[in-house]
Amino acid sequence: MKKTGAEILWECVVREGVEVVFGYPGGANMPIYDAMLSCPVHHVLVRHEQGAAHAADGYARASGKVGMAMGTSGPGATNLVTGIATAMMDSIPVVFVTGQVAAHLIGGDAFQEVDVTGITLPITKHNYLVTRAEEIAEVVREAFYIARTGRPGPVLIDICKNAQVEQCEFVYPEEVKLVGYQPVDHAPQESLDHAVKLIEKAHRPVILCGHGVLMSKAEKELMAFAVKTQTPVASTLLGLGAFPASHELSLGMMGMHGEVHTNLAIQNSDLILAFGMRFDDRVTGTLKTYAPHAKKIHVEIDPSELHKNVAADVPLVGNLKTVLTDLIPMVDEYDHEEWKKQISQWKAEGDSRSIMNWERNGKLHVPHLIADIWKATGGNAIVTTDVGQHQMWTAQYYALDKPNRWLTSGGAGTMGFGLPSAIGAWFANKEEEVWAVAGDGGFQMTAAELTTAVQEGANVKVAIMNNSFLGMVRQWQEFFFEKRYSAVNMLSPDFVKLAEAHNVPARRVTKLEEVQEAIAWARSFKGPAVIEFKVEQEEAVYPMVPAGAALDQMLQRPLKS
Amino acid sequence: MNYTFIALVENKPGVLNRVASLFRRRNFNIESLAVGRTEKPEISRMTVVVDCPNGDMDAHRIEANLYKLVNVIDVQDVTHQPSVTRDLALIKVMVGPERRAEVNSLADIFRARIVDVGPDSVIVEVTGTEDKIEGMIELLRPIGIVEMVRTGQVSMTRGVNDGVRRVPGVTGNRQFEDLEELAEMAP
Repeated sequence: MKKTGAEILWECVVREGVEVVFGYPGGANMPIYDAMLSCPVHHVLVRHEQGAAHAADGYARASGKVGMAMGTSGPGATNLVTGIATAMMDSIPVVFVTGQVAAHLIGGDAFQEVDVTGITLPITKHNYLVTRAEEIAEVVREAFYIARTGRPGPVLIDICKNAQVEQCEFVYPEEVKLVGYQPVDHAPQESLDHAVKLIEKAHRPVILCGHGVLMSKAEKELMAFAVKTQTPVASTLLGLGAFPASHELSLGMMGMHGEVHTNLAIQNSDLILAFGMRFDDRVTGTLKTYAPHAKKIHVEIDPSELHKNVAADVPLVGNLKTVLTDLIPMVDEYDHEEWKKQISQWKAEGDSRSIMNWERNGKLHVPHLIADIWKATGGNAIVTTDVGQHQMWTAQYYALDKPNRWLTSGGAGTMGFGLPSAIGAWFANKEEEVWAVAGDGGFQMTAAELTTAVQEGANVKVAIMNNSFLGMVRQWQEFFFEKRYSAVNMLSPDFVKLAEAHNVPARRVTKLEEVQEAIAWARSFKGPAVIEFKVEQEEAVYPMVPAGAALDQMLQRPLKS
Repeated sequence: MNYTFIALVENKPGVLNRVASLFRRRNFNIESLAVGRTEKPEISRMTVVVDCPNGDMDAHRIEANLYKLVNVIDVQDVTHQPSVTRDLALIKVMVGPERRAEVNSLADIFRARIVDVGPDSVIVEVTGTEDKIEGMIELLRPIGIVEMVRTGQVSMTRGVNDGVRRVPGVTGNRQFEDLEELAEMAP
């Protein structure tokens, strides 16, 4: 039976299990939008294509499925770019579909023509320019397959307008044949044997739990391995939630704003088991002195990450879930009592400086607010953030026991991610509570998506931590630029009025005694809500490893005088 | 040091751009790149010569990153393998009848050929390794080179020996030993 290219697109998309797509129509994708009307996929009209990209990203992170976002040619596609790069840096499976001018016009600078495949080449896992309707079925099939397998990532399909309207015979490709793309599943036995030998010799092992644990859905295997070998588990920013924070073996977050005892454990360990992480500079501090006494076992699905930043004594290329399943029966049980005791001592020292142990002084400190939201939501909400101080505080104080509830832009560090990704996450699971924690700066970058939330009835609660500064840049200027504040004083609109103009109920909290009631108020009804917290202005995130310093040279919060 | 890689890629539009773009993105300098068809019409073959200041570690990175491109089928490092390498140059030399014999005899020494003769110029075609071609150019330069074009290096391993494949997975030729040994070379 003959179908148009646009019809074939939707036919294939539905077969991939897509339920919701985030996008924005325009001249070059109108046939796609027309064909969508007779398709069971729900479309969310965003207010800016960046919002569509982040929402699809948030949906993918929260659901574990492939997200989908659309834009038209030219500016529609370029507006997606920040969101595509965000998904690329964090290995998030999202398929982007953009309209393109008709094939015969390509290269002629037609209206709204931009070289989208050229622009997105380095920020996609793969991309396609489709010029004929006959190509669409195979390309869509491949795109979803590439996005979700191996090391996941964004795939973009740029479809010329003529290919959307032309008709051809629709044949669904049952199989995907890609000669050059065959992700590895099992690591070879000899490498596993080498790993086991290192594990046998270790007295001070640490597991570094990365995003790969979540991507390969290996939470159970990680737990089994950690418990059997009694190995403490430190987490990267994106790995949070993969291992329960309340577990006795959990060390919390490592790295630049990681826990003191966690970084000390890494620096003093004799064996690092890096599971699905890539030794980002925010995790290692200076590489010269990184974990100097430790042998390294690096399990990673992407061979290009091996030896990239940190040399691995045993590199294991494979799917983490498979590798751990193979490895668990091969390892013995250990107790590592002395090592765990040592870490507990470090932890006790670090805790004495924690702001959580301060008496509340009447001012609003973000860590306390995050803890209050945590308490009110039982630690069970899906939490998204923007980027900066509030992001680090949320990572530190919204302790997660369950996976896929922590949505933050790690690699790219994209401001404006919080609200749209929260809307996407809500579509992934409408029964869950979703909180977007944002700063006053980042929130303003994508604030227009409040109306998207209203239009969709998205049950998303936004907590704006307003310190009237671009807080993280201010902190760096304070620490490293002699407090010469440059372009960090931020005037914001009246967030309550802004929210109300979007028909979103909103409150401003300036006093400690209003905090709990405001959180309870936001949770008391369905639909979006905004709370603006006027927080302490010049608070710093501690601990902090300055850029270029060793991981154990942390600036710690001053002891309260 | 320059490393030589042979990459088999799908013969599709844009693949050359993907490969070239990858080297730029990962901050490697391409010294020479030659692409052409193979005995299979759906597959193209690239010979890429790349500066690898960190030796085998860079070679590993290049291979692993090339494999991240969906259209790349196979990558071998033939730097340390016995192989035949050839580059072809066409060199136009400004020379009248009086010195033509001189060019002719130089060409003979390098087993090059005069492929075109004009009233005031000749075109010399020389094939061989990069060193040989450089040598020829140096001797022709004083006579007067006005135009030159080179194909870039192409390489093929001798006999049945393959190059080194450091990255597991795609080809089934898994050399994990290499991958582990690399750890000792890390900066």
